[in-house]
Amino acid sequence: MKKTYIRALDLRHGSVDLSHGGGGRAMVQLIGEVFGRAFDNEWLRRGDDGAVLPAPAPGERLVMATDAHVVSPLFFPGGDIGCLCVHGTINDVAVMGARPLYLAASFILEEGFPLAELARIVASMAAAAKAAGVPVVTGDTKVVEKGKGDGIFITTTGIGALPAGRELSGANARPGDTVIVSGSLGEHGMAIMARRENLAFESEIRSDTAALHGLIGAALAAVPQTRVLRDPTRGGLAATLNEIAQQSGVGIVLDEAAIPVDPQVAAACEFLGLDPLNIANEGKLVAICPAAAADALVAALRAHPLGARAARIGEVIADEHRFVQMKTAFGGRRMVDWLAGEQLPRIC
Amino acid sequence: MKYVDDFRDGEIARRLAAAIAREVEPGRRYAFMEFCGGHTHAISRYGVTDLLPPAVRMIHGPGCPVCVLPIGRIDQAIQLALDEGVTVCSYGDTLRVPASEGLSMLRARARGADIRMIYSAADALALAQREPERQVVFFAIGFETTTPPTALVIRQAAKLGLKNFSVLCCHVLTPPAITAILDSPEVRDLGIVPLDGFIGPAHVSTVIGTRPYAGFAAEYRKPVVIAGFEPLDVMQAIRMLVRQVNEGRAEVENEFTRAVTAEGNLKAQALMAEVLELRSEFEWRGLGVLPNSALKIREGFAAFDAEARFGLRYRPVPDHKSCDCGAILRGVKQPLDCKLFGTVCTPETPMGSCMVSSEGACAAHYTYGRFRDIPVTVA
Amino acid sequence: MCLAIPTRVIALLPDGQAVVELGGVRKTISVELVDGLAVGDYVIVHVGYALTRLDPEEAEQTLALMREAGIDTAGVAG
Repeated sequence: MKKTYIRALDLRHGSVDLSHGGGGRAMVQLIGEVFGRAFDNEWLRRGDDGAVLPAPAPGERLVMATDAHVVSPLFFPGGDIGCLCVHGTINDVAVMGARPLYLAASFILEEGFPLAELARIVASMAAAAKAAGVPVVTGDTKVVEKGKGDGIFITTTGIGALPAGRELSGANARPGDTVIVSGSLGEHGMAIMARRENLAFESEIRSDTAALHGLIGAALAAVPQTRVLRDPTRGGLAATLNEIAQQSGVGIVLDEAAIPVDPQVAAACEFLGLDPLNIANEGKLVAICPAAAADALVAALRAHPLGARAARIGEVIADEHRFVQMKTAFGGRRMVDWLAGEQLPRIC
Repeated sequence: MKYVDDFRDGEIARRLAAAIAREVEPGRRYAFMEFCGGHTHAISRYGVTDLLPPAVRMIHGPGCPVCVLPIGRIDQAIQLALDEGVTVCSYGDTLRVPASEGLSMLRARARGADIRMIYSAADALALAQREPERQVVFFAIGFETTTPPTALVIRQAAKLGLKNFSVLCCHVLTPPAITAILDSPEVRDLGIVPLDGFIGPAHVSTVIGTRPYAGFAAEYRKPVVIAGFEPLDVMQAIRMLVRQVNEGRAEVENEFTRAVTAEGNLKAQALMAEVLELRSEFEWRGLGVLPNSALKIREGFAAFDAEARFGLRYRPVPDHKSCDCGAILRGVKQPLDCKLFGTVCTPETPMGSCMVSSEGACAAHYTYGRFRDIPVTVA
Repeated sequence: MCLAIPTRVIALLPDGQAVVELGGVRKTISVELVDGLAVGDYVIVHVGYALTRLDPEEAEQTLALMREAGIDTAGVAG
């Protein structure tokens, strides 16, 4: 008897077609040969519609977070849409103070999308999930007609367990608190800009995409009284701090000279007329804690490989208008505002 | 970064601030206009105003080409994309400027217009070369800094014999704009805008040199100091202006000696003269119709003139009734004086171009400075 | 439209192009508007084009003037 009656997917030259989303044999094959093979765990091996997960420990609550990823280009220095998804959702769960436990991943594929790229992305996701110790336990695949999708869109959802008594929130910042950042800013966004069609650079700035739950664990172990944790993704540090200022009803004053920015990222921003404070980060934390604990928090972050350049960058003040201000390295003051709309490189 | 960080040094800034404070004559007030949008942006972004003594006031001038680009010209670009099916290539700043019928170039994209952001004129030319079936129009705006690249790509297109590339030329000139301000009733007769001198544009001057400003100093008795782009350059230039005013001088001085010479870039000037020529008149947003203030493409390169190729007509479009961009561009009003500022008109919903371009006085103030309008106690 | 940056020429290419560098970031730009450039020269770049050379000596002098805030003003131009 022949062992199998199905010809294996041509992962090198094949492409996604509508049958792969049709629910029939082709779809099962895609799921098995691409997703199942890469993620391979007890839940996916069962092949059920849903994953049965153990209840959290007594006293623990659940945290859930979800993200859609539409990044273009799909592959960039330092990462790709695959690991970006995994890291991003793990981080959203972790900044709530929860231990990330499980991930779900749903894919919308465009007809014609090369299987080789799909395999590469999925392999990257699997590697990231494995390294982080957070399995992808369930998922979904759909295929849309050519022209109706940008190659691939991925949505990841994560669940984590939040220990009793821990309450991290953007609404917790208080006047007198210290604002800390875990490392240098602007790397992910500039790595992406560097690859985009219109703007061609030749020096490699690598995305900082990383899973931060280990770093966060270390930080919270050292300073359990940390008030706010957030990762400054789209919109950069400026957006994140403005969000927190709004949520907490406070003002923030930053010290520009203290904000770490890699010299190359700064130079790339000069070329494009962009401000590093508005650029997305995918492997950095903003932390706000009582002033008395700031030194301990910075030390804990610096002791971890992902927090080597952690620094205090400002303080929280009372301000009914909730402005985020900055003392410039030059000596004057200015506001750090949300960016209006999409980031358009300044020409002037 | 060499030649960048040095000119942003906070320690030197403190010393210059002290020097300016020392040189300001007691009881005397100084008002200087920084013509160039790049300087407006630098002043806001670095908080230079905090380092100046209260006696020195900076007035934001109209040197922001996006700000002075009339709605009618953006309408032309949108018309090309929507009606003629042309691919329009534009610098980023221009994409969000509000035009007629609630459109901007960005919004026109949502209606199917193929409008692309480019970083360099060369990108537009390259697109036309790569795709001969595609009709490409480069929306060329800017002062003299940005004009030589436009002239270059037109000449290159001619050499290549491209049939699918043309330019919508909206380049404007700096000296006529300065003249318009100096001749405006508010400055000349009414003294509403007390103008003691100008900070001259940095990079425009690398192209045109310092000679064109001599007329202003002589005829209008206003000192001009050409300043580099970094905040220390701006402060040094202010110091030089204060000194000129104190000494009763009205000269053209050059702070930006590392990049600006008396004659400027002769090669670039020759190139511009070869491809472009003066328009007899051109409408500037906020300044009205000015004679001999803008450029058009010469007859010999008419094949690359989008206005000729597509038979475009210019239709002037008035500003929103309550929009004070015009007065703000001329230094007569400040952003806070405009009824629309911060209420109806914000960077997300700009009513006029002073708010769209990050160098416009309103956007700069909103983004970097509006916290000053409301007293906030910093611990 | 004034955003322009000072960069160092690290390679000259055919067809009036050059590779310039600032803070470790490199870009290929046009040098058609500036004649006689050599590797190591500094140029001001705007929208992908070199506009003019930057004079290192003048830069040093300007900085020196600023550092010793108290000395006479820079060169008077006509």
